[in-house]
Amino acid sequence: MNQAIRSAWVVAISMFALVLGSLTYVQFFQAQELKENDWNSRQLYQDFGRQRGAILVDGRAIAESVPSNDQFNFQRVYNDPELYAHLTGYYSLSLGTTQLETAESAILSGTSSSLFYDRVVQLFSGVGTQGASVELTIDPEIQRLAWDLIPDGQRGSIVVMEPSTGNILAMVSKPSFDPNLLAVHDTSVILENAAALSEQPGLSIYTNPATQSLVSPGSVFKLVDAAAALESGEYDAESEIPNPPALEFPGIDYALPNYVTGNCASRATADLEFALEQSCNTPFAQIAIDLGEEAIQEQAARFGFGEQLSIPTDVTASVFPSDLSETELAQSAVGQFDTRVTPLQMAMVASAIANDGELMQPQLIKSVRAPDLELIDAPQPELLRRSVSEATANQLTDWMVNVVDNGTAAGAQIPGVRVAGKTGTAEVTETGDNAWFTGFAPAEDPQVALSIVMENVDIPTGQQLTSPSAKRLIEAVLNR
Amino acid sequence: MSDVLTVPRSRRTVEFFLLLLALGVAVGANYLAGIDREEPFGEYFWSQAVTLAVMGLFIHVILRFRAKYADPVILPIVIALNGIGLAMIHRLDLSALRVNPDFAPVAPQQVLWTAVAIGSAAVLLILLRDHRILRRFTYISLIVSAILLLLPLMPAPVGLEINGARIWISVGFGTFQPGEIAKITLAIFFAGYLSTNRDLILLAGKKIGPLQLPRFRDLAPMAAAWLVSIGVLIFQRDLGSSILFFGLFMVMIYVATSRVSWVLIGLALIGVGVFVALELFSHVALRFDSWINAFAPEVYGRAPGGSAQVVQGLFGLANGGLIGTGLGAGRPDLVTYANSDMIIAALGEELGLIGVVAIVMLYVLLVSRGIRAALGTKDGFGKLLACGLSFTIALQCFVVIGGITRLIPLTGLTTPFMSAGGSSLLANWLIVGLLLLISETARRPAPSPLMKDSFPAPLGMNGKRLKKKPAQEATP
Repeated sequence: MNQAIRSAWVVAISMFALVLGSLTYVQFFQAQELKENDWNSRQLYQDFGRQRGAILVDGRAIAESVPSNDQFNFQRVYNDPELYAHLTGYYSLSLGTTQLETAESAILSGTSSSLFYDRVVQLFSGVGTQGASVELTIDPEIQRLAWDLIPDGQRGSIVVMEPSTGNILAMVSKPSFDPNLLAVHDTSVILENAAALSEQPGLSIYTNPATQSLVSPGSVFKLVDAAAALESGEYDAESEIPNPPALEFPGIDYALPNYVTGNCASRATADLEFALEQSCNTPFAQIAIDLGEEAIQEQAARFGFGEQLSIPTDVTASVFPSDLSETELAQSAVGQFDTRVTPLQMAMVASAIANDGELMQPQLIKSVRAPDLELIDAPQPELLRRSVSEATANQLTDWMVNVVDNGTAAGAQIPGVRVAGKTGTAEVTETGDNAWFTGFAPAEDPQVALSIVMENVDIPTGQQLTSPSAKRLIEAVLNR
Repeated sequence: MSDVLTVPRSRRTVEFFLLLLALGVAVGANYLAGIDREEPFGEYFWSQAVTLAVMGLFIHVILRFRAKYADPVILPIVIALNGIGLAMIHRLDLSALRVNPDFAPVAPQQVLWTAVAIGSAAVLLILLRDHRILRRFTYISLIVSAILLLLPLMPAPVGLEINGARIWISVGFGTFQPGEIAKITLAIFFAGYLSTNRDLILLAGKKIGPLQLPRFRDLAPMAAAWLVSIGVLIFQRDLGSSILFFGLFMVMIYVATSRVSWVLIGLALIGVGVFVALELFSHVALRFDSWINAFAPEVYGRAPGGSAQVVQGLFGLANGGLIGTGLGAGRPDLVTYANSDMIIAALGEELGLIGVVAIVMLYVLLVSRGIRAALGTKDGFGKLLACGLSFTIALQCFVVIGGITRLIPLTGLTTPFMSAGGSSLLANWLIVGLLLLISETARRPAPSPLMKDSFPAPLGMNGKRLKKKPAQEATP
């Protein structure tokens, strides 16, 4: 009988060996495949169950994870949601993540390799993995002011940055939305809310208009033309350029006009100072045709056109078109036709001119701190490239100051401060005109560069919403 | 050599220290499970720790007085398994409470059942003293088994159908699965009947070719028992239990007769049974389908009978990987029945492959000690009973873990000592009581006057060594 008992034991042990084998197979060899399975919601639950780090503005959380009494343990909460929605983006079960929630995900979730030491400590101290927090360069007061300067119901963006560092002080767009609606832990509610938001005209929950929507720049693009003209060596402050009321092109029934009610008509030729001051179209079209498409394109590229930046959120590349006919080149040179820019791009142009021609990498992140508040990373100002020579920058600055003092941007004048600026109105037939302001101040020691765009406005409203707003923003930054 | 010489030492002190170690594991696991989610050292923590410690030491003390030579490893292993199970059940309670504050926690109930189960094992140890007394109840056990298995089929206030299986009865304060106890009574019947009649079964009867067929009347009670277990499958729709009964039946016949050919016939019968079940019962066919095609979308989403449970269990195991997420840090609550049928998936997720292998090794040791008791004891009844019961534990682990890892189709069986569920815990602790008693007779140095059915073991020439007992050897 004992021999049979031994055999029974061998059978029992074999069964155990089989389950040990299958456990090893599942937990070791098959584990990766199972983890990547579409039905495996564990990674999602794990991510959402983690205490994700906060996104801070001046020490206050604009996005944070608070304990929740549901299966996810933590709920992502956005404070001042509409004010910061386009910066934070959202952290959503069914829609994924956008903006900073995407760009800083590894840091916020605590999986970044720079947080390895913290993870080890957390492992042994028994607390769950905690993410690091990210402090933004945003100034909450400037951000709030910029928000208030765009009327509700108006589509527009404002970008305020520090020329010498590239730090972004404010970045707002309207219409905005409440990311809390997309961070709820019920997928059907998320989809309902997303559908309701998509009904809102002019709103995309997926993009930050200040960095990802491409709009026609109109006359603010003339800064690029002027820079190209000076850099080419073929033009200087003395150059007189023909300033006909309209530029005619041989063989086609089209003429590029100067703005009819403006002061351009007072002179038959114009120097660059006057052309900028009154924003005359024909001299700049003439310059572009003289210098050629490539020269304008190259200057645009030196200001950052055609380049996808990450600040660390994704920035869509602004476009100066290529393979242009003479007519198209003339139109493109005055910021029409297929020239498209992001609001951030125009702030970068102003910023580079303000910073003696050096373009700094735009930056939203001030610092990254581990859960124990230890400083992990603080991005240093970084030179992206030289956009124009110092001499060109100084010349452009003088002209831009003149635009504010005597020209189209008079609304931005501040007593005792030399403000440099340029306005623009882009005629967009499909949606209506865009009103622009871009500039910086004080001209001798620039502290702030900004760009403002109001889309689909009539010209008087557009003027009201751009230069005077720039004044208030500049004052706010200088009085900080 | 087929007998085992045991050095006559009681090893109760070894048991005591192993018990402390087991309690450390159990209580430590319970503490870790709640560390992040509740007040440390709360009410449940103490009830688990005190229950396990008091009841474990209680059994230990009983053994010191009543079964001094019982195997010293069995008790600590079972306390550890029971304690880890309680910790995991508690941990899953905490997850459920977070989602639904009105959730009624399972763990306090299970602690109560633990006390009842260990208490019952203690009563068994005190009252029974020697397992051979059970042999007197061979036929009564058969009748009791039949009654226990038929109880759930009674009409409503007694029999209950839960999740499509009719294996529960209502016992006032809760539900009970009488089939778990029937596992023991059937084992007693098989052991009693086979140890008495094995010679008749083996020798009387016609020989056809290589097969020695037994007389029908010798096999009639066995056939009756076999039919009972088939009946379970058909009428109670409990695939897991019928596999267990089949396994018990097969291993005991084999150990009694040492005939491999009978095992093959038995396996063939099981094959036929499985085929018939697949054809006749949709729930069996569905289980089979969701095993083979677990990752097919239409099978995954099917309700009922879909593969979502097993696939989610696999995700859990994969999430645990080699070292696990740590107790309380994984998401085992995503698996349905995580605290009962799927508790191994929960443990695999949070303790990792390393932890779950350690748990399986505890079962290996437990089963091996049971088999060791079967080898060591001198009476055929004890051998059959110990071997049958130990093998049942092994088979149960195989069916459960094999099902969870998709080695075999998933069947609803509890993991011995760990799953939430009072009947299973009670039955398994009674099995532990029996194994302890049998191991005592196996290791006791001097022959006892109670050994009626074996030859008095004569002393060796020098009066110190036990001599081998040749009478019951049937191995060729």
